[in-house]
Amino acid sequence: MASSTAACDTGPGPEAMASLSRHWAEAPTLRNWFATVDHKRIGRRYLVTAGVFFGLAGASAVALRTQLAGPEAGILSAWEYNQLFTMHGTAMIFLFSTPMLFGFGNFLVPLMIGARDMAFPRLNAFGYWVFLFAGLFMWASVPAGAAPDGGWFAYVPLTDERNSPGLHLDVYTLGLLFLGVSTTAGAINFIVTALKLRAPGMSLNRVPIFVWAVVATSFMVLFALPVLNLDNVLLFLDRRFDTRFFDPGRGGNVLLWQHLFWIFGHPDVYIIVMPALGIVSAVLPVFCRRGIVGYPLIVFSIVAIAIISFGVWVHHMFATGLPQLSYGFFSAASTIITIPSGLQIFAWLATMLTGRIVVRVPFLFVVGFLVTFVVGGVTGVMFALTAFDQQITDTYFVVAHFHYVLFGGAVFPILAGLYYWLPKLTGRMAGERLGRWAFGLVFVGMNLTFLPMHVSGLLGMPRRVYTYPGGLGWDPWNLLATVGAYVLAVGLLLVVAGVIHALRRGEPAPDDPWGGDSLEWATSSPPKPYNFPVIPRVHSLHPVWDPRTAESTGVGADGDRILAEGRGTLLTSELDGRYERAVRMPQETLKPLVAALGLLIVFLGLLLAGYWVAAAGAALVVVTLGAWLWPPRQTPEEADPAVGGGAV
Amino acid sequence: MTPDGIRTAFGPAGLTTEEPVGRSTAWWGVTLFVATEGTVFAALLGSYFYLRFQHGAPWPPDGIARPELLLPLIMTAVLVPSSLPVVWAESGIRRGRRWQLRAGLLATLAMGGTFLGLQGVEYHGLLREFTVTTNVYGSLFYVITTFHGAHVTVGLLMVCWLLAASLHDGSGARRREQVRVVAYYWHFVDAVWVAVLFTVYLSPRL
Amino acid sequence: MVGRRLTEPRRRPGVPVARVLGCGLLVLLAGCTEGAPSTLDPAGTGARRVAGFWWLLFGISAAVFVVVMALLTWALAFRRRPHRRAGATDPIRFVVVAGAGVPFVVLLAVYGVGLRDLAALGQPTEPPAVTVDVTGHKWWWEVRYPGVAGATANEIHIPVGEPVRVRLRTVDVLHSFWVPQLMPKTDLIAGKVRETWLRAERPGRYRGQCAEYCGLQHAHMAFQVVAQPRAEFDAWLARLAAPAPAPASDAERRGQQAFLQGTCAACHTVRGTSATGTVGPDLSTIGARWSLGAGAVPNDGGHLGGWIVNSQTVKPGNAMPPQPVDAAALPDLIAYLESLR
Repeated sequence: MASSTAACDTGPGPEAMASLSRHWAEAPTLRNWFATVDHKRIGRRYLVTAGVFFGLAGASAVALRTQLAGPEAGILSAWEYNQLFTMHGTAMIFLFSTPMLFGFGNFLVPLMIGARDMAFPRLNAFGYWVFLFAGLFMWASVPAGAAPDGGWFAYVPLTDERNSPGLHLDVYTLGLLFLGVSTTAGAINFIVTALKLRAPGMSLNRVPIFVWAVVATSFMVLFALPVLNLDNVLLFLDRRFDTRFFDPGRGGNVLLWQHLFWIFGHPDVYIIVMPALGIVSAVLPVFCRRGIVGYPLIVFSIVAIAIISFGVWVHHMFATGLPQLSYGFFSAASTIITIPSGLQIFAWLATMLTGRIVVRVPFLFVVGFLVTFVVGGVTGVMFALTAFDQQITDTYFVVAHFHYVLFGGAVFPILAGLYYWLPKLTGRMAGERLGRWAFGLVFVGMNLTFLPMHVSGLLGMPRRVYTYPGGLGWDPWNLLATVGAYVLAVGLLLVVAGVIHALRRGEPAPDDPWGGDSLEWATSSPPKPYNFPVIPRVHSLHPVWDPRTAESTGVGADGDRILAEGRGTLLTSELDGRYERAVRMPQETLKPLVAALGLLIVFLGLLLAGYWVAAAGAALVVVTLGAWLWPPRQTPEEADPAVGGGAV
Repeated sequence: MTPDGIRTAFGPAGLTTEEPVGRSTAWWGVTLFVATEGTVFAALLGSYFYLRFQHGAPWPPDGIARPELLLPLIMTAVLVPSSLPVVWAESGIRRGRRWQLRAGLLATLAMGGTFLGLQGVEYHGLLREFTVTTNVYGSLFYVITTFHGAHVTVGLLMVCWLLAASLHDGSGARRREQVRVVAYYWHFVDAVWVAVLFTVYLSPRL
Repeated sequence: MVGRRLTEPRRRPGVPVARVLGCGLLVLLAGCTEGAPSTLDPAGTGARRVAGFWWLLFGISAAVFVVVMALLTWALAFRRRPHRRAGATDPIRFVVVAGAGVPFVVLLAVYGVGLRDLAALGQPTEPPAVTVDVTGHKWWWEVRYPGVAGATANEIHIPVGEPVRVRLRTVDVLHSFWVPQLMPKTDLIAGKVRETWLRAERPGRYRGQCAEYCGLQHAHMAFQVVAQPRAEFDAWLARLAAPAPAPASDAERRGQQAFLQGTCAACHTVRGTSATGTVGPDLSTIGARWSLGAGAVPNDGGHLGGWIVNSQTVKPGNAMPPQPVDAAALPDLIAYLESLR
């Protein structure tokens, strides 16, 4: 199970290596900081930015819990509370979880498939800038006193212009539309990268589970996000231009908002959880010293969840009075979707039971995930059953359920992935002891916060209430939850402290500290700008454990897998991973940033009713795109299809 | 085909493996983009039917007349065939004939522009009867057709860009890919129009 | 070499804390429902059915959790045992049976039970004896009975043991009608009339609360369902139909004058007087109500005075502006209102 791709083992001689470095290096200038197209730098930025938004949304939650520590506490007004709980949910879902996981995807997918970058590096950069601007657009509304306050699902008629005057809900609709551009661009990029840029020999049945998860997630994004975008467009039009889509007095229908929202919203929760489950499938087997059990079953489960998730949305509407027949169907589908998740859980358990476990911090977070995700999963089955749902939806029981599946199902894997890939991301090891303390506090804090909420929900406490009366039996559970929130916050701060400490004084990391099996562990820590000096030939599901991989990058490797002249990577066929041709990767450019700024102008213009400003922003975007795609001056050799036209 | 070639094509290796060359990244990019934009239209047209059947008879409501068919059918006759000059332009650039590319694109531009003009004429007539704020029918009618018209406009901008770029230079692989991307988008816009025609103009009469 | 850097630490992983906490909390739960509008202390037919379903689901969930945790603990506890022999095939059948087969059977069974319960919740076994019309406002509940001229607010009376049809409308945004001890919730949808039913099995006062976020004061939109013996219910309904009691003392008379001549009558109704405003709740029985402001504050003189003078300090954002009542007139006004029972 050995592999190392230290420079002395590999095929390219010193001239080829020097040429690769020269073509791929991005000079450390200020311009290049804004103009980078390197997936590793962009991936890290996604992680940091999403982490900051997580901090803001988490601080909001601590404020909310402080207000709810006791009855009629009076620490936050209703006006403040309603904005904070809306921003907490909206930011956690849209500005933290998916971007954070897309950040992992950005950094890891090209590495795991043996490529040198994403298929569309400039689109990748554009996606990051749009994400940053959309996040700032939404968070800036908080100090401006105009933060969205309709809840993260913003039901009409509460959110129409009569019941929600002011800019709050315009920030919501426009902010999410803006963000949607980034998410869609990212999804297209992941799919094309995974289909076309895999190393030769990496057929579909040799693709790492994490990559399968990211690709399935991206397909879900492509079909779910447009429905949300439409919903937000219709709401914006109703609010700003008096259209009547949701106005029952003029023939509109309020339930349309809910249908469109949840047709997006349910797949969205799987969009959040699926890449995280992919992280578990990447991390767990390594600490069990074996490959994962049931690879085909897990791939099947991923695809099944992606498809079935589009057929369950009405379970969010069980109290709205739709026909019983439709409730029966959606309840059945919602129950069935448990099965693929169950398959994955038992595949992981089987991996642990037949492996040789080594306990390290990433593994601890995986265990934390297993415990909490199972709790969330069993309460989820309860909600699939209409009769029970109608009693318990919109209470703290559902708040408990979804925090177990989201914190358990997404945050624990994210933390596992953070500790696991920190060496690769930064070249440093995190301290094991501090990491274990962080895990302990996070695990205890999370359970102490959310377990009592099951009880207060069963005792009749509705959700989204800024306060509650004493004497109803809700007080002790709320106090416990608040204490838990503080413990959790300390644990998360320890995570941050650990990362910062690692960056400053952590042990320098070797290429492969954990003994991993996927290709990112065949690069240096952190990887060189070109990732692989020789793009490997893949022969199995565990390339780094397979000696044939190292042989393929050793002395005598084909020059057409080195591509030392210029910035190039390989295209291979979609199913078999058969070598097709080399393709040129673009240089650093400011155009993605300028295009994103143009979009920011568009959305600010729309928000503040400066429609000519918005039009000017749109013109800027169009002109920038025109210049971006304008063919560069090419020599006849460069225009030759054998060398390959450029990527986007 | 030579005997050797036949043996290769029909031998075990030839029959059990896929084609040597798959699709390009640009092909995948535009196909996925069309899939996601198509979903927006599917949701929008689905919302039309949802709102209509929740509203019940009469439809259109409030005494608005059912949409006239003549102008939309002419618009269809102008827009849908405009996919043909695009195909012709694509085949031109594949053979290295830039004049064919430019002529095809210009024809598409003319037909697409005519379509938009006719839509403007239609609006001019209808706005006297109902606007986007009159009721949900008005909102649906104008938002659906304007949304489609915006996609046509973007398509025409892309065609103009290709025309400008063709004046520059290059008939290499990259240019051919770009023409194909625009062509796929244009075909998509035409297909969506057929769905809009059915939903907005024909279905009230069914 | 793989594994060289990784050596086993001496400590064993701790017992999953969640299990300990979970068991302890559930023991507490069984005894802690005193005074709470608890779904697990059902007093109505619908809630009782769901409570039974809950215990079934909880039992199954607990069993699943225990099994998974046992496997996890086994894997962790025995991780240093000899590695299984080379050539052993992966336990795919175990994964499929445990991860898909067994869950499928269990899920099918609970789905069937759920369908049966859903059908039972759909309507009462006998036709409803009483109908009540409830209209949701931001942030109070308007309550009327068909055929009865009067109205009240935030309080519904029903006869014990008889099914009652509840018709639900909203004048503004979505709300949700939820009485945890009696019946699962039903949303109030703009533009539609929804229906649910209640059947209380024993007399009592049951708290309800709006369960669909409806804006600023969603937290203060509670109501009470009072289940009474039939005779008492009929008497109460008769009082609702009758005009409000006339003022008995001088203070109450002065209070009534202040009420009718001031701004109150523009928004509120008191039956049998010239006050016929319909913006705010009907006040004909305000003296007997369980709270003010739909659960915002208790109903006593002090709070009533505070509400009248400036309800914005009590329930910010509600539709009642501060009232210009001078300090001398206020006690009379309070006395009058408290006499309306």
